[in-house]
Amino acid sequence: MAKKTYRQAINEAIAQEMRRDHRVIVMGEDNAGGAGAPGESDAWGGVLGVTKGLQPEFGPDRVLDTPISESAFIGAAAGAAATGLRPVAELMFVDFMGVCFDQIFNQAAKFRYMFGGKAVTPLVVRTMYGAGLRAASQHSQCLYPIFTHIPGLKVVLPSTPYEAKGLMIQAIRDDDPVIFFEHKALYDETGDVPDESYTIPFGEANLTREGGDVTIVAFGRMVGFANQAADELKREGIGVTVIDPRTTSPLDTETILDSVGETGRLVVVDEAHPRCSMAADIARLVAEEAFGALKSPIRTITPPHTPVPFSPALEDLYIPSAVHIRDVARSLVKA
Amino acid sequence: MQHSRQFLLDSYRSMATIRRFEDRVHDEFATGKIPGFVHLYAGEEASAVGVCSHLDDRDVIASTHRGHGHCIAKGCDVVAMMKEIYGRRDGACGGKGGSMHIADLSRGMLGANGIVGGGPPLICGAALTAKYLKTGGVAVAFVGDGGSNQGTTLESYNLAKVWNLPVIFVVEDNGYAESTASAWSVGGSQLGRAKGFGMPGVEVDGFDFFAVHDAAREPIERARNGGGPSLMHVRLTRFYGHFEGDAMTYRAQGEVTKLRAGHDSLQIFRGKVTQAGVLSGEDLDVVEADVAKLIDDAVSRSEAAAMPTEADLLTDVYVRY
Amino acid sequence: MSDVMPLVMPKWGLSMEEGTLTAWLVAEGDDIAKGQEVAEIETTKIANVLESPRPGHVRRLVAKVGDTLPVGALLAVLAPASVPEVDIDAFVAGFVAAAPAQEGEAAAIAEARFEHAGRPIAYKLAGAGQEGDPAVLVHGFGGDSDNWLFNIEALAAGRPVYAIDLPGHGHSTKQLDRGDIDEMASAVLALLDEAGLGRVHLVGHSLGAAVALETLARAPGRVASFAGLAPAGLAETVNADFINAFVAAEKRRDVKAALQHLFADPNLVSPAMIEGVQKYKRLEGAREALAAIAATSLPAGRQARLYRDLVAEARRPMLVIWGRNDAVLDPAAAEGLPDSVEVLRLDDVGHMPHMEAAAAVNEALARHFSKVGG
Repeated sequence: MAKKTYRQAINEAIAQEMRRDHRVIVMGEDNAGGAGAPGESDAWGGVLGVTKGLQPEFGPDRVLDTPISESAFIGAAAGAAATGLRPVAELMFVDFMGVCFDQIFNQAAKFRYMFGGKAVTPLVVRTMYGAGLRAASQHSQCLYPIFTHIPGLKVVLPSTPYEAKGLMIQAIRDDDPVIFFEHKALYDETGDVPDESYTIPFGEANLTREGGDVTIVAFGRMVGFANQAADELKREGIGVTVIDPRTTSPLDTETILDSVGETGRLVVVDEAHPRCSMAADIARLVAEEAFGALKSPIRTITPPHTPVPFSPALEDLYIPSAVHIRDVARSLVKA
Repeated sequence: MQHSRQFLLDSYRSMATIRRFEDRVHDEFATGKIPGFVHLYAGEEASAVGVCSHLDDRDVIASTHRGHGHCIAKGCDVVAMMKEIYGRRDGACGGKGGSMHIADLSRGMLGANGIVGGGPPLICGAALTAKYLKTGGVAVAFVGDGGSNQGTTLESYNLAKVWNLPVIFVVEDNGYAESTASAWSVGGSQLGRAKGFGMPGVEVDGFDFFAVHDAAREPIERARNGGGPSLMHVRLTRFYGHFEGDAMTYRAQGEVTKLRAGHDSLQIFRGKVTQAGVLSGEDLDVVEADVAKLIDDAVSRSEAAAMPTEADLLTDVYVRY
Repeated sequence: MSDVMPLVMPKWGLSMEEGTLTAWLVAEGDDIAKGQEVAEIETTKIANVLESPRPGHVRRLVAKVGDTLPVGALLAVLAPASVPEVDIDAFVAGFVAAAPAQEGEAAAIAEARFEHAGRPIAYKLAGAGQEGDPAVLVHGFGGDSDNWLFNIEALAAGRPVYAIDLPGHGHSTKQLDRGDIDEMASAVLALLDEAGLGRVHLVGHSLGAAVALETLARAPGRVASFAGLAPAGLAETVNADFINAFVAAEKRRDVKAALQHLFADPNLVSPAMIEGVQKYKRLEGAREALAAIAATSLPAGRQARLYRDLVAEARRPMLVIWGRNDAVLDPAAAEGLPDSVEVLRLDDVGHMPHMEAAAAVNEALARHFSKVGG
């Protein structure tokens, strides 16, 4: 099976869906790049190159560059979705949600409900998130809990190239609005990705490690860190189950509860801010539904309640690490 | 007058339906039978009907919080609308949307909108769909003078121009954004803004159906033929407050009375068509009587209709979850 | 120093990069025979037993239980008792993991693909360029060429080994005409043509054995021998509940439950195995293909076609291997075959003898192949 990067996996998923369904279109700032400029067309293919090559293959009618005008084009994507297209719109960094959130959470997310179940809004909003690139406070956040909070949205966080492709194809084929979070520190990660088209269902968690002593639920980039921690603990004789929920909405609560039922211990690793986070949400779930199974307190691992710092010295302290995850998980078992 | 009798009767029926609908909602709201809050379109009928009488099912409109008139002008079912306003289970949106969210995508009605300035970006998307699928359709964003100051609206002007979309922005300037005068809150002018974005713009008397209808013809044809977006600045007023219960203390003494006497779009329509001898007063009275029956029927059926049940609380959030 | 030999972490299958030592089955000071079970190794795919590739005297167990080590890493040192400790120390200190890991066995496995009737057929090849008659491995219903991960390299000692992905499976086309045994046998014959193979040893597992028998029926001149592992085609019965559960399963827990039918020891169903099946079933058209194959090849829970007469009269080496605990195809079907057919029954083995008892199966197959000159 071919090794592909996370970036290539997403690009391939979009291209395959565009070949399959002419209603799929792509739009965003610099998604091709160079619109109206004197140099090359498809100059960038997205600011980090994820949509490179799509405009040469599918043409400017299907791969639309936009002005820097998120309210207008994210709203346009929602309107196009409600009227028959299947747009994949790029909100370059999720930090920019502040300038277009109304179009996502008041419009796209609510059409179906407000219109009594008569609207279908097959919209995908791709967006970059996550710390680690020294991109500072307005280009590094993990705002997926905010989107998870909104009924009507689906929220997807692929952790590997394989997940990225299958979840993207599912997102495009899905009839509900989907916010597709791409961790920018994962773009160059490689993994086995089938050339063929495939879909990964939403709301179905992946068990990336299995062990009987402690359950770690981790999201996005944190899944890899949790796996590292699990592998180290395994050598120490501590069995760790790592759960990658893959989607925060819908959330596979059953897999989490089943696993905690077996291990009796839970660590949740979330790169989002601690308050009202996925960590808090899952801790609430388990406290409410599986309290009797717990052998130790639930532990959450998140960054501190601060903006994402710029200086590498600070940012490295800010992001949860595999070592920290390992130590916390070990402390639950050894307690 | 070059219009057919049927066109004139249909247009008048649509305007009269809006008026009678809104007047009745006003009365029923006062009795406490209607939950929530409603924003009435009475007084502005010529704008919605003047524009929408050019449109067909290929075309899409987006409306505002003051959306009943646009819904009726675009052909939404009046009984279903009334039931929706009453929060009934078989309302246009199953009782889940209410006054500010009535929509009927099958009729190209992309929704009233509770967010001021929410509609223009969406209408750019509807226009993109029409352009991409080559349906020949156009998309119309109705926006108030308040909404005209939102960034979403101004960004949409730019996007529609950059993408050369078949959009008509209809700025219904009823003089007040809530309680704030448009003369105070709008910097520059609506037409100046159109010009700034490189769009043709036209200002029109929104009390006169024929003025609106004539003014809308060219922008709609231009959009249909690939000529890009245009803006219409429609000057009109509302007969009621921003919302029902608004004491309208910000308006001049006697302002509404004067407007009702001299600037009633139905009266102006009646005067023009009877003067031209195309329709008689009796023809229009017959329409009025029909409409009255329709609205009576809508109200009585709404009052009798069932409320949603607990089983409806969790449905219609997703297609599949 | 030439008396000092390493025991290293084996490479089982294409994707194995590391393994965890879960138990030593020998101690320092033991004399061991070639093929003796020396350690239990767990990979993400499956747990297995490491057999010593050579006889020797265990001088030092370098790896500790629980260690996860890359393929080729030093596990133990074999050397006569006369070799001084200092030499053993030096050997351990100076050991550099070599690739390929298992000496004496063929190098890397190649993956390839060709078009048959306009649709892709994928296969793996090990031992390319070797002299002996090639072996062609045909997996069963819902499987793929990865099922042979413990066999393909071992069997490739002395001959090329091809492992096909049948139509509807693995990385081959998911578009089927009918999904019957004929269609799949045509793909096997197409592989023989594509690879220019004159005469081959056919090895089929489960439904793949029926496909191999159909291939034999259609091209008897090209088949040197036949081996069926838990073969279909000998009796009508099949565990329809398993087939239905396997076809229907989408969620992890359902896939796991279905796969546990396959093994005598259900603990062998690893997370990676479950994920592999889920990944396959997510491919566009895979579920439809599986349903079509089940409907045509196993209609109403019965086997569509039987080859008992062909097996009895094949006039070439014929081998049947069956786990006594097979819960999918009843091993009783091997009863009543003529003496010309060798039947090997394995204790504590389920429907996947080539995974659950890889060493025994590899050895039996090597012996079986050697009955034919070349």
